[in-house]
Amino acid sequence: MVLREKAKIMDEQAMDRALSRIAHEVVERNKGVEGVVLVGIRRRGVPLANRLKQKIAEIEGKNIPVGVLDITLYRDDLALKAEQPVVQKTEVPFSVKGKHVVMVDDVIYTGRTARAAMDAIMDLGRPRTIQLAVLVDRGHRELPIRPDYVGKNVPTSQKEIIHVKVSEIDGADEVVIEEARDGGEE
Amino acid sequence: MHRWDLLGLENTSASDIVWILDTAKSMSDIMTRDIKKVPTLRGKSVCTLFFEPSTRTRSSFELACKYLSADTLSFSTTTSSVRKGETLADTALNIQAMGIDAVVIRHQSSGAPHYLAQKLKCPVINAGDGMHEHPTQALLDMYTMREHGVNFEGAKVAIIGDIAHSRVARSNAWGLTKLGAHVVFCGPPTLIPPDADKLGAEVVADADEAVRDADVVYMLRLQLERQSGGLFPSVREYRELYGLNRRRLALAKRGALVMHPGPMNRGVEIESDVADGPQSVILEQVTGGVLVRMAVLFRALGGGNEWAGS
Repeated sequence: MVLREKAKIMDEQAMDRALSRIAHEVVERNKGVEGVVLVGIRRRGVPLANRLKQKIAEIEGKNIPVGVLDITLYRDDLALKAEQPVVQKTEVPFSVKGKHVVMVDDVIYTGRTARAAMDAIMDLGRPRTIQLAVLVDRGHRELPIRPDYVGKNVPTSQKEIIHVKVSEIDGADEVVIEEARDGGEE
Repeated sequence: MHRWDLLGLENTSASDIVWILDTAKSMSDIMTRDIKKVPTLRGKSVCTLFFEPSTRTRSSFELACKYLSADTLSFSTTTSSVRKGETLADTALNIQAMGIDAVVIRHQSSGAPHYLAQKLKCPVINAGDGMHEHPTQALLDMYTMREHGVNFEGAKVAIIGDIAHSRVARSNAWGLTKLGAHVVFCGPPTLIPPDADKLGAEVVADADEAVRDADVVYMLRLQLERQSGGLFPSVREYRELYGLNRRRLALAKRGALVMHPGPMNRGVEIESDVADGPQSVILEQVTGGVLVRMAVLFRALGGGNEWAGS
């Protein structure tokens, strides 16, 4: 499948501003950062969660814990994939009991990842609330799930692919829309 | 149709072995949680079909299933219609007809899992067949070695004891040499298989030489129940010539690992002070067993699996 880049919808600055706004919203909504923890969803949610932590520290002067969640073992669509999935470690080195857990991911699409991530968090303990922060909301939800913090709403067709690039993994910060040339599925 | 059986390490690629070891590592955090369960194999059922006695391997497989939310059906030959003369294939086909998603089999005949894999639609996992292979044991051994910082490329692993009757030695030799380790077999000449070189292992007659500079000293269980044929003079002589004691272990590399697949004959192939000593990782092998079996079951039933999707 060949992917063609159709449009760049966010550049480095836009991503940074969106994350700054989300950081402020997290602080506002939770009236500070008391009991707030961040959990990045592998893979690209992890660097985004680390950046939010940084920004929140700049705003509030407090460091909040960041965990890493691998949700492969909670997915409901594994059998639809052709290859052996790679399972990575979940690293949440703090208790989520009674906490406000903010899950961080790059894109929300069908909502199945968020559903799986919520199950995974519940198995670690009983949080006070679970909130969801995403950089891009591209629509086409298949479950009744709505993010609490959104960097940018991007209406898409299902043929398109949203590619969030982060410098930690992809060497650059940007968000692009790609389209499959021969109309293949993701 | 691609199937994810695990019949032996002879036919498992190096990249597959590494995938299993990596996945096992990722599974390790599940065992430290309050809720030791993930839902990934929910609704799958696994039958453990054991034609030979086993406590460790069987309970390890069953726990691995439970941690992944699969249901288990355990089937043992002493209470089943195998007693009434049912053939292996008929037994397995009947179990499959009940809607089992994977079969874990231990059998006294070499090749029984391969035979079943041809008969059944569901994946088959070998939990030890005769004197042939015991792949999950070798994988858990390799997992334990890796956890202790053994870099397989160029590492020396001395496997000592009754090699000829040992499926553990065979699977370890296949797996370890695929990842670049140097495997040395040592034991009474009557208990060294004639085809040892085909397994990629070097045969050394003297146990001191075998242990010298080894990264891992792997002692096999002397299968006393299989020793009626007079293949070596006496247990006392065996202990003297091949048993692992502190003096012999001191010849290995500093901090070399001491391993044993269990159950141990203390005072025969291994002395108690070595088995319980600081270099022994024998109990960690057991923990690793659950993790590796979780990875193998996830590989068979988790994703990328057409049978699981059908």
